[in-house]
Amino acid sequence: MHPAFSVIFLTTLIGVGQGLFLALFTAQSYALFDLLPKQDSHAFYAHGSIVALLFLIGGLIASFFHLGRPERAWRSATQWRTSWLSREVIVLPAFMGTVFLYGVAHLFDFKPVLATLPGNIAIDLTVVLGVVGTVLAFALYVCTAMIYACLRFLREWHSPLTVINYILLGGASGFTLATVFAAVAAPDLVRFFAGWAAVLTLLGLVSRVASLIRNARLKPKSTLQTAIGIKHPRIVQKAQGFMGGSFNTREFFHGKSAGFLRSLKWLFLLLAFVVPALLLATGFTGAGALELMLFAFMVQYLGLMAERWFFFAQANHPQNLYYQGIG
Amino acid sequence: MTQLALVIDLNVCVGCQACVTNCKEWNTSGEAGPMVDQNPYGKDPTGTFFNRVQTFEVGEFPNTETVHFPKSCLHCEDPPCVPVCPTGASYKRKEDGIVLVNYDKCIGCKYCSWACPYGAREFDESQKVMKKCTLCVDRLYDPDMTEEERRPACVRACPTGARLYGDIHDPESEVSHAIRESGGYQLMPEWGTSPANHYLPRRKTKLRLRVDEIERADNPLKIDGLLPKPGKSEPSLDDVTSW
Repeated sequence: MHPAFSVIFLTTLIGVGQGLFLALFTAQSYALFDLLPKQDSHAFYAHGSIVALLFLIGGLIASFFHLGRPERAWRSATQWRTSWLSREVIVLPAFMGTVFLYGVAHLFDFKPVLATLPGNIAIDLTVVLGVVGTVLAFALYVCTAMIYACLRFLREWHSPLTVINYILLGGASGFTLATVFAAVAAPDLVRFFAGWAAVLTLLGLVSRVASLIRNARLKPKSTLQTAIGIKHPRIVQKAQGFMGGSFNTREFFHGKSAGFLRSLKWLFLLLAFVVPALLLATGFTGAGALELMLFAFMVQYLGLMAERWFFFAQANHPQNLYYQGIG
Repeated sequence: MTQLALVIDLNVCVGCQACVTNCKEWNTSGEAGPMVDQNPYGKDPTGTFFNRVQTFEVGEFPNTETVHFPKSCLHCEDPPCVPVCPTGASYKRKEDGIVLVNYDKCIGCKYCSWACPYGAREFDESQKVMKKCTLCVDRLYDPDMTEEERRPACVRACPTGARLYGDIHDPESEVSHAIRESGGYQLMPEWGTSPANHYLPRRKTKLRLRVDEIERADNPLKIDGLLPKPGKSEPSLDDVTSW
């Protein structure tokens, strides 16, 4: 497939936004049970929600560049019964709205207690919003990933590993950003976030390598023989019906060499996983400065963009069988 | 239930591109708007087509065969491009099984083209919507046309009659007969999309004759030749018979 930068930005940016929100609410949940020090509503939760929202808005804006007719985008919420893309279109604004309300509730200290758990733990509005946001964040990861994983003949994508990767990679980058944010707004949480970010990054490495190994072992189901229905081991395309390009030759080929793809694979494994994990380890030991954490996030984000480019480029569409030679 | 479809006879197609030309002409002149051509006379001409004729070489020289392969939307009975559409612009008509795109609803996200294993959909760079073969739905029911004209433009253009059109769910239709009797098959059956369009394979008429069929073993003219010939010194019939 031809990797579109609009979709690369969309999936990576909202992945970070979702991950950051999950990180914020994880800290709040820990603080609720007195496992972490309580944070300032304004400086930490409200501002953190704003940062998460900015990433989500960035992703949303990027997505519009993918559309031929962005003015009709509102129509895309109608087919949620069958289309994962439609489901994503519904869940993304719902999640953004929840993050917004969560931030607003923290900003204005609007925290009516809705229930009390045994041990006198007060469940206020922000906790409820946080739980709803968490559910929606995971739902959004699943929707985004299922857009790709549900296409059964794009076999590189058609795997549960795609969903796991989107959750882990988005979560990892979000927690890394949370580490950066904590270094600014809540230094006593740097260690907590850096630890979880490193764990998620390493888990992401495991699942991404697993999907790379799986994809390397895939044997194509469709062949030129099934594509045109002629049983002969040697079939060569002599003409594809035109001498110039077409949508089919532009949209489904990445146009880069196999060597480029191989180098990019090692590059993203290094940038998205190994380097950030090492940098986050310094944050975990307490030695990591703000600059170092910021560097970790930027390297990881670049790595994830390369990872997403590779994710699209690696998918080999069966329609390419019909476009093997110009003749 | 009706399922309109094309049956394309690869044994007959000569790759003349007449169907491509007539398809483009009819569909670019319709009320749905033109099918864009970019740089038609430039270095990299490109454009939107509903139908392409490709050419494949089967076998190794000198035992090769050229196969011309017309390729358009197959109007799958279980079309994978329809459920993925987020707006409902891509749909399959219940009454005749034609898969269509509502150009007024399409947002141009291209997701349906990813979901089609055949690459049958092409994005129109000027209208910014997804386009595909309509089976000339604007001809099929036009009361101003004669029965003969109410067929897809490609079918009418084909000079060799390689393209048949009809209802594949009607067992007595021309296309059903062709599929049944001439070995009609579907493309990429492994994905379970059940394409409505079928292809008829290349067929060679071969006489399978054994040598003994060319020259009968019991040919009475040859029986004598098989008998042992009497020697010159042997008595002849005249010697042993008095007539």
